[in-house]
Amino acid sequence: MVAFYLIGAISSVILNKKDRICSYFSFFSAAAGALIGAIFSISVIFGETFYLTLSQDSYLKFGFFVDKLSAFFILVISISVFAVSIFSTGYVKEYFGKKNIGHLGFLYNIFILSMIFVVCANNAIMFLIVWELMSVISFFLVVYEHEKPETRKAGFIYIVMTHIGTGFILLSFMIFAGTSGSFSFETFNPAGLTMTPLLKDLAFIFAFIGFGAKAGIVPLHIWLPYAHPAAPSNVSALMSGVMIKTAIFMMIRISFDFLGASGSWWGYIVLAVGTISAILGILYAVVEPDMKKMLAFSSIENIGIILIGLGASMIFFASGKPIISAIAAIAALYHLLNHSVFKGLLFMGAGSILYSTHTKNIEELGGIIKKMPLSAILILIGVLSISAMPPFSGFVSEWLTFQSLLLSFNLNNNFAIIMLSISAAFLALTGALAAYCFLKFFGMVFLALPRSEHARNAKEVNIPMLVGMGIFALLSILLGILPVYVLPVLDRIAASFIGTSAFSQSISVGTFGMISIPSSQGISISTPVLLAMLLILMLIPAIILLINRRAQPIYETWGCGQPISTARNEYSANAFSKPVQMWFKSLYRPARETEATYSSPYLKESFKFESKIEQVFEQYLYNPVVDFVMVKSRKAKLIQTGSIHAYLGYIFGILIILFMFVIAGGS
Amino acid sequence: MIAQIIFQLFIIIALAPLLSGIMKKVKAFFQIRKGPGVLQPYYDILKLLQKDSVVSTNVSWIFHAAPIVSFVAVLAAGLLIPIYITQLSLGFAGDLIAVIYLFALARFFTALASLDAGSSFGGMGGSREMFIASLVEPALMLSIFAVALNVGSTNLGFISQTVSGLGFDAVSPYQILAFVALFIIAIAETGRIPVDNPATHLELTMIHEAMILEYSGKQLAIVELGAMIKQLLIYSLLANIFFPWGIATGGAGALAMVFAILVYVIKIIIIGITMAVVETSTAKWRLFRLPELMSISLMLSFLAIVAFIIVKGG
Repeated sequence: MVAFYLIGAISSVILNKKDRICSYFSFFSAAAGALIGAIFSISVIFGETFYLTLSQDSYLKFGFFVDKLSAFFILVISISVFAVSIFSTGYVKEYFGKKNIGHLGFLYNIFILSMIFVVCANNAIMFLIVWELMSVISFFLVVYEHEKPETRKAGFIYIVMTHIGTGFILLSFMIFAGTSGSFSFETFNPAGLTMTPLLKDLAFIFAFIGFGAKAGIVPLHIWLPYAHPAAPSNVSALMSGVMIKTAIFMMIRISFDFLGASGSWWGYIVLAVGTISAILGILYAVVEPDMKKMLAFSSIENIGIILIGLGASMIFFASGKPIISAIAAIAALYHLLNHSVFKGLLFMGAGSILYSTHTKNIEELGGIIKKMPLSAILILIGVLSISAMPPFSGFVSEWLTFQSLLLSFNLNNNFAIIMLSISAAFLALTGALAAYCFLKFFGMVFLALPRSEHARNAKEVNIPMLVGMGIFALLSILLGILPVYVLPVLDRIAASFIGTSAFSQSISVGTFGMISIPSSQGISISTPVLLAMLLILMLIPAIILLINRRAQPIYETWGCGQPISTARNEYSANAFSKPVQMWFKSLYRPARETEATYSSPYLKESFKFESKIEQVFEQYLYNPVVDFVMVKSRKAKLIQTGSIHAYLGYIFGILIILFMFVIAGGS
Repeated sequence: MIAQIIFQLFIIIALAPLLSGIMKKVKAFFQIRKGPGVLQPYYDILKLLQKDSVVSTNVSWIFHAAPIVSFVAVLAAGLLIPIYITQLSLGFAGDLIAVIYLFALARFFTALASLDAGSSFGGMGGSREMFIASLVEPALMLSIFAVALNVGSTNLGFISQTVSGLGFDAVSPYQILAFVALFIIAIAETGRIPVDNPATHLELTMIHEAMILEYSGKQLAIVELGAMIKQLLIYSLLANIFFPWGIATGGAGALAMVFAILVYVIKIIIIGITMAVVETSTAKWRLFRLPELMSISLMLSFLAIVAFIIVKGG
């Protein structure tokens, strides 16, 4: 597996002058690596933990270790990489002759390799190295189209935020290493359990902040809506679909495996942060006109939903209900898997639209369902999945999340019941807004009349791109109608870190693809039966429509008697999401500018309208901090004279002070 | 088993226009009008079935598929809701949350089709419909939580059976609060005043009517029938979650079934009349005042949960 990615990386550097061959080499070897990765991870899930030690030094034992949790993430990565790589062979044609494909292929392969190393590193030092590698490589991928100024800005914000995150991760690891005396993850587990509660709390909080910055939790999310849209679409699919999940992986690893999820309030923190991320993510997504940015905001939302499941799981675990805790964990893992699939699909879809229309702005599109019929169907499947429509994949995982929140009636803790039900209400709001958001996306982009020349000239994308999307679309459907085959696998993984299997005790699968939760009086859903019902019931309207068939005369859209069939009369995307914008005025703080010129007092010649939404967090949280640092740095400039003698003097002075410390400490 | 499915389908399809007709008649009574007969909705649908469908030049296949998908999603939800018996043959296929998501699927496709013709009316209707759906959803989920906390399940058949088994003991503060919350939601979900006016075609106020403006003929018949069935189902949810008394349980004889159906029809008509009274006695609210209405519902459901904790957890 590693070899294939390396072959992909090296060959793309060697062949970087020959665009086509280079792209085939790098992306097909990545796809082959992904296939092997998937087989390997399944073998670990159903088999034994895999160890590979590279150096035997007792202090720094470099090596890999793949348990069921790591294997699950390798599986998620591999599935995404496989589909995205096939998509990429078509998508990079856009860059032929304009950009260096060799660079892209090299970075792409190394990026995937670093993500895989992140989930199977066995000690903290090695982890930090590959984590940093992943961050830096993804930074280079973000700035691949570096000739655009906004891409450079995106890259800058990304690299800063990700390093703030790494700083906190380092702090957390230092707490562990301080107790265990080693950087090996194997020693972190006993060390984590024996630490004092204060140290445990600190280690958890630092890790949560550090990995939260990568996962894109609010308020550390600000890099995400810049970085993901700036990267090439195939890379955004991987960043949004997979890379941010590696942070979730480490959160599970640290809070369950290392710390035993013992802090009773940790779950509430995760739940609250998850809820806030979900709702704010989708609120910004609804009003966003740039479709890739919208998808990035929606990633924040979905990370929030995953964290809601995880938080509920931690609450149940800390309350001594491991079986229910396992259901919530399964819900979170299921949503994680689903999100990587449908978000990958939608990012590739956005990439396809971008490829054939050269615009990311929803307001400029429209009517391309007639030009790109196949892409439209595939993207519609993604849209239905992310909106949690039955029987698609998002429905199953959201249903499981709701049910795991509902299981709070098993707790004797009133605070938990209230917190979990508030979270459920917000989750419901998030779900409804997600449907709103993606309805707008699909309706505005694909339906009605083209709003610009870009959309009029759209044409269907090439076959590799359709195949890449098709794999994910198929998976979205399968994950929706066949949860019976997915849940046992997820149960094994959840059991590996919770310690108890939920299966057959609190969640079970039955005939007709039924999943049920016996502890709640046998609540069950069966998505295959739902699908069958929908299909069989279609006979009724079909019969109504077909018997005594009437003509269907074609006529223009009704416009109160006026001919209005132009795109100018269509409802715009901004108008479509206006009600939400009015509802949450205080959050968006919309600013509008209008400018009208008159040729006579009665006749308006032109009218310009601009409205803008404020990013509250940037405005009120980050800008003050940045300003503060800038002011202080300006002051600090005074001691930076630029003369080497002065710097030597500083070093000398510090040394003297340090010596005095040592001497004072020794005596 | 199959007989039960077909019979339930038959009941909901056959009763839905009648309920609409009765509600129109009640409204006419309060407006001191004679109003059309209660069978008028049947005639309307039969008439529409004889007509050609005019289709816009701009539309794609979504426009043709949407009425079918929406109609089917509503019917599928109808098979998951207890109507006259708590043991549903297909009850295992989905619980209350699945029912809500099926309604969401129906709404999603209707709203999608509203954008397809490129008319501003459609977009306006779709946008408002999705806005109201977003308002309703949190309140709805919280009231489901309140009900589910009480019964310990979201399985609809089980809820009906438990509450019906409790008899009048089931009347409790949290049930009442949750009922009022769900009643407000039902107003919004069925597009009644003060949320939406089903009788208007004024562009500034219509929501559901704006979405389906481009439909005509047979397609319109399906859309209209689907909307009527959805209304019937939402009232059935209210009736059989909170007042399931009289509903037949497993192993009931033919007589009990007939009795259960009669009781069901009476319950639905009472709820329909109440809804019509509420509708005639209020004015339509401005769209941007609706968040207030939904906050009331949200708060009521929240209070229901708190009341449950106080009464049960004490």
